[in-house]
Amino acid sequence: MGRYIARRLLLTIPVLLGSTFLIFAMVYALPGDPIAALVGDRRISPSVVAELKDRYNLNDPLHVQYAKYLGGLVQGDLGTDFSGRSVAGTVKERFPVTLKLAIVAIVFEAVIGLIAGILSGIRKGSFFDNLVLVSTIFVVSIPVFVLGFLAQLSLGLKLGLFPISGISEGWYSYLLPGFVLATLSIAYVARLTRTSLVENLRNDYVRTAKAKGLPPRTVIGKHTMRNSLIPVVTFLGADFGALLSGAIVTEGIFNLPGLGRTVYQAVLSGEGAVTVGIVTLFIFIYIFFNLVVDVLYAALDPRIRYE
Amino acid sequence: MTVTAPSDSLHPTVPGAHLLEVEDLSVEFRTEYGTVRAVNELSYHLDRGETLAILGESGSGKSVSAQAIMGIIDTPPGFITSGEIRYQGRDILQMPKEEQRAMRGAEIAIVFQDALSALNPVFTVGAQIAEMFRVHRGTSKKEAMVHAGELMDKVRIPSAKDRLKDYPHQFSGGMRQRVMMAMALALDPKILIADEPTTALDVTVQAQIMDLLLELQADNGMGLILITHDLGVVGEVADRVAVMYAGRIVETGGINEVFGNPGHPYTVGLMNSVPRVDQRGMRLSPIVGAPPNLADIPPGCSFHPRCPRAEVRCREERPLLREVVLGRRSACHFAEEVLDV
Repeated sequence: MGRYIARRLLLTIPVLLGSTFLIFAMVYALPGDPIAALVGDRRISPSVVAELKDRYNLNDPLHVQYAKYLGGLVQGDLGTDFSGRSVAGTVKERFPVTLKLAIVAIVFEAVIGLIAGILSGIRKGSFFDNLVLVSTIFVVSIPVFVLGFLAQLSLGLKLGLFPISGISEGWYSYLLPGFVLATLSIAYVARLTRTSLVENLRNDYVRTAKAKGLPPRTVIGKHTMRNSLIPVVTFLGADFGALLSGAIVTEGIFNLPGLGRTVYQAVLSGEGAVTVGIVTLFIFIYIFFNLVVDVLYAALDPRIRYE
Repeated sequence: MTVTAPSDSLHPTVPGAHLLEVEDLSVEFRTEYGTVRAVNELSYHLDRGETLAILGESGSGKSVSAQAIMGIIDTPPGFITSGEIRYQGRDILQMPKEEQRAMRGAEIAIVFQDALSALNPVFTVGAQIAEMFRVHRGTSKKEAMVHAGELMDKVRIPSAKDRLKDYPHQFSGGMRQRVMMAMALALDPKILIADEPTTALDVTVQAQIMDLLLELQADNGMGLILITHDLGVVGEVADRVAVMYAGRIVETGGINEVFGNPGHPYTVGLMNSVPRVDQRGMRLSPIVGAPPNLADIPPGCSFHPRCPRAEVRCREERPLLREVVLGRRSACHFAEEVLDV
């Protein structure tokens, strides 16, 4: 197992190399002059422009720029943005916001999604089951930005239950955006749990558990649930990785100073170092959580072993 | 006592005369495609230490009747529509749910066909056996595991104590079936139902498992219901046999008598479709046609569309299971003529 994990971690190196280059090339290919975007309408002397271009290696060809970037990267230097702030500093400051948002969202997914899924799974065909079915279809069909604005308008503005912008109220500020961010996955977790439970209830070992004279709560709560939750837990693991890597729309709607909004602004203003740094971090997080999921799989299902 | 409407009731005896008495049991499954009558007015009994073989093709209702006894039919879609299942004189179907559950596994236990799917893949075999003691007797985890080890020893799993912590997929097919048996026998049940216990196994392993089953039966004197479609197995181990077709018993009697001189055309057909060493080179004569759709059982004798000696009467009048020779019953209008063949 240890060797498997080590090998998987080593494999992330070429993936990260390739992906940073791709992002780098895409930022390079973006139309527009980042320095012009930086100065805006102000008049600025050509010598200052030349100086800035030189400082950020903007005159070099792509591969030279990339090599210089990598050179800094291996020394632990993620570079700076055009106002001289280090990218590492920005990430350190913004990441906790994204992390909190992701934690709130994953808790919503796990709690609401699992409960809804389990209840509709054990009462297949009931009113509740159909209610879950209809509401999940409904939720899945609404784009996040619509749901976000609706929640902001109704729960935040009209009813005044939640703050609608910023993070001034601590964890409480994250509840509404976290819920909005989670909705799609709540629906997915509920459906996945239900399907998995219904499928597993048909298995022979459930019949065996009943024939052993186990009480129904043991038959379902222990024997069936343990098997049914394997795909759900692994989905939640992978989804946590996805949540951490960019809730651009949600952070935008609720004005949260997290990594998603930062990378969005960085793309708009052609901040190459910021964009590449943050997106690379996203990719690393995503790969890492995929590895976590694979390890989790083996822990949950004894039939799966990695060499 | 007045005489009730004629039924297939096999042994209208005093309730409680036998260890297990199944009387007029009917089970149906209500599906979207219609009502499937899986078991129809089934009656049989079982004594201590006795082996009753229930023989029949797939879909003859033999497994469903076993599941009805175990109380593990899912309702819906399955419904027990009539009958009694008396264990030591008491009707299981009338017992409170908690009492029924407490009996399951402890008094009446079952071994299923495919042990790989019948065992839970994510729990160790030790834990799955130990669960019997923990749930029924409230034994401590540690002590239950010790018992589990002893049981695995008893069913002759090599180095049993080291394998307690192994998972089902780490065992071979035969060993898994032994684990199933250890689990079923954990609480010394008085009745063991073996539902095609050897069908999924290699022939050599089949014999070992059957031998073990019989040995364990002799050990604690339990009644054994052996559900199978394997005539060879039945001939070797059973005391009595009940042949099922379309959810009914069509013939029953002592094993040697029934096999030596079958009294129902279906039994005759079954015997003729088995290859025999003393008739090498001869063609097998399978029963023509297919078993009936249980959602649409033919009127009259349900076997008549496939029966070589069917007459008009067979299409119209359902033959009752009646005593044709002392201790032998057949549900055929022409049982006497079949017997003479």
